[in-house]
Amino acid sequence: MTTASPEPRRGRQRAVLGALGLAGAAALAEIVPRIGVVSPRYLPPFSAMLGALGREASSPAFWRALLDTLQGWALGLAIAVTAGVVLGAVIGSRRGLRAATASTIEFLRPIPSVALIPVAVLLYGAQLRSTLLLVVYASFWPMLLQVIHGVGDVDPVARDTALSYRFTVWAKLRYLVLPSALPYILTGVRLSAAIALILAITAELVIGTPGLGKEIGVAMSSSAVPAMYALILVVGLLGVAVNVGFRALERRVLAWHLSVRTEAAT
Amino acid sequence: MTAPVLEVRRIHKVYDGHGRTVEAIRDLSFGCAAGELVCIVGPSGAGKTTLLKCVAGLIAPTSGEVVLGGARVDGPPPGMAVVFQDYGRSLFPWLTAWRNVALPLEQRGLPRAEVRRLVDAALGEVGLAEAHAAYPWQLSGGMQQRVAIARAIAYQPTILLMDEPFAAVDAQTRAELEDLTLGLWRRHGVTILFVTHDIDEAVYMAQRVVILSSSPTVVLEDLAIDLGAERDQLATRSSPRFAELRGRVYEQIQRAKQARGAGGPP
Amino acid sequence: MTASLRRVALAVALPGLLFALWWIASDDSVSFYLPPLRRIVAAFGPTWSPRWASHVAPSIARLVIGYAGAVVLGVGLGVPLGGRPRLRAALEPVLELARALPPPALVPVFMLLFGIGTAMKLLVIVSGAVWPVLLNTIEGVRAVDDVLADTCRCYGITGATRLRVLVLRAASPQIVTGMRQALSIAIILMVISEMFASSSGLGYAIIDFQRGFSIPEMWSGVILLGVLGFAMSIGFRVFEARVLRWYHAQRRVRGEP
Repeated sequence: MTTASPEPRRGRQRAVLGALGLAGAAALAEIVPRIGVVSPRYLPPFSAMLGALGREASSPAFWRALLDTLQGWALGLAIAVTAGVVLGAVIGSRRGLRAATASTIEFLRPIPSVALIPVAVLLYGAQLRSTLLLVVYASFWPMLLQVIHGVGDVDPVARDTALSYRFTVWAKLRYLVLPSALPYILTGVRLSAAIALILAITAELVIGTPGLGKEIGVAMSSSAVPAMYALILVVGLLGVAVNVGFRALERRVLAWHLSVRTEAAT
Repeated sequence: MTAPVLEVRRIHKVYDGHGRTVEAIRDLSFGCAAGELVCIVGPSGAGKTTLLKCVAGLIAPTSGEVVLGGARVDGPPPGMAVVFQDYGRSLFPWLTAWRNVALPLEQRGLPRAEVRRLVDAALGEVGLAEAHAAYPWQLSGGMQQRVAIARAIAYQPTILLMDEPFAAVDAQTRAELEDLTLGLWRRHGVTILFVTHDIDEAVYMAQRVVILSSSPTVVLEDLAIDLGAERDQLATRSSPRFAELRGRVYEQIQRAKQARGAGGPP
Repeated sequence: MTASLRRVALAVALPGLLFALWWIASDDSVSFYLPPLRRIVAAFGPTWSPRWASHVAPSIARLVIGYAGAVVLGVGLGVPLGGRPRLRAALEPVLELARALPPPALVPVFMLLFGIGTAMKLLVIVSGAVWPVLLNTIEGVRAVDDVLADTCRCYGITGATRLRVLVLRAASPQIVTGMRQALSIAIILMVISEMFASSSGLGYAIIDFQRGFSIPEMWSGVILLGVLGFAMSIGFRVFEARVLRWYHAQRRVRGEP
């Protein structure tokens, strides 16, 4: 005996719980400074932060800074992704290359990108190229590693089939390598996108290149505390948008990709 | 007749989730005397695993109760050991076979020397004395299940539950494990509740066979198996009485399936 | 050539080549900002031996303490969250937002709230490094095999023992992944917290060199940071190989990459 009842009670439950959590956090952020646990000079109540956010949103300087940040982020990400895909495809396709480059990658990868800050300052000053140097260096490695892994992960049966049918390099790339590497490429882009945003803000904050990070620094040094928090919140929301957006993109592309794959198999 | 060590009284289990209500078990009652080997057999989807989980105290029935040794089961009771079908997932992969068997005993707080004695004896009985330092994933499927059985035996339980333990091994290994279980049962005199979908196995091993219908499950018959104490894979299975009993069980299940098909839900 | 000799040779080949190229290419450089590698290497000793106790060692100490704090906090919060789906659902948007805040952007906040002392630096490290540990711990705890969990229930393995022998061990591959990501974040944040508002530390020294246009010294600092990062990642690999010995061996047997 079975009875059917309307669907996602679960999904709705989770959304409600999540909203409650957010409301609770906002309430906490409102109350704690007001009752003086932390001085409101250093941690303004949540409502003050929202007020400052509203003021920022009406100032053109804010939107310029936002665009600057997005520009540095997008450009740096594009360069890092392209370089990662090209180099990763080359390295990943030959076991010999993978072995030869492994130690170099292992040495260069853990070098903190912030070590390049003084170099960037010297070479480019407080300009977009400084941001790009940091962003590209930091975002390149996760992308490279994912692509190497993806290209090397080709199904051996599929590869043998392609060889026996004498696929050209182009055909192999398209029907063999790309489908198996695609999930890794998408994961790499997602990881790199998050890292790129963090490094863009860092460059702006520490070096002073134009962008939201720079505005945060300005707000701090001019003691505009609520504005500082508001800007930080904006950066956080930007980060969430990037994470959620790329995760959704990943799911969308892979859904199509999997369905195409199963079609091709039958 | 000895007092029943296990009593299952009018178990009724309904699953309510994901927008559907499923009545897995409608009404089950039976008992197990001390030292008996009772097999529960039924078609796939007959709620056998649900029943076993209720008896083991892993899930709570919607109504009805399970009484073990006079006490109501309300969560996994002490003195009960379970051997699951999925041996690969019931052994700790980061412990050797020896440590896997020893863990419940150490948890009980037994002295070291006692633990060592019990574990060595149990591993010896299942024929794995040499493999005690191996990790589960280094062993074959049959050997892994032996480790799980050794763990159950070393625990010295009052009742041993086995949930389709040999369904995931090959036929040859299954025959060995069946005889191993019968040998252990005879030597230790432990009460065994053995769930299986394999009718031949049920009749071969049991003193009594409880035949279940398909979902929503009820007891179709409680059949006594009078094949004598000594069971042999060749001799017993080719005896006429075996064929009769086996036929009877099969008939019962078929009739229940047809009845359900005729008057049940689409 | 034996196998291990080949492996060492392969590992050293490309880096050695690149190093040599850098040396040769920069040898006659007259650029102020990109001095010859020769000068940078020569500057190493004189720059860092006097500064070891006053700048480098405290930096490493802060890094280690901050990292340890992040791991303890991440695992300590991740285990209960992993086992409570409703609590997790409630906290998910908040955590999603908190982890998206770039830790460098929080440095001004921490400076406001906690001044510019060691406490602030430690908090900066923890605030960024805790996330990968926390999120991976949650995932690892969620993915504990339910047959194994049922087995523990049946055999009366509960409480602290269950935490130790089941939950933490089963989640350890995932937790270690988080710890690895947290390590690189911790290094970055250590440097940033020192570059931004400090009077001591490796990061401070490098920025100081840059401001004072002591270029070879600055580059030597950059290289030292690289060596530090590399050494820590090697150390972590050793740690991982020991703790996850069973996991790697199991995957090898199963033929997984």
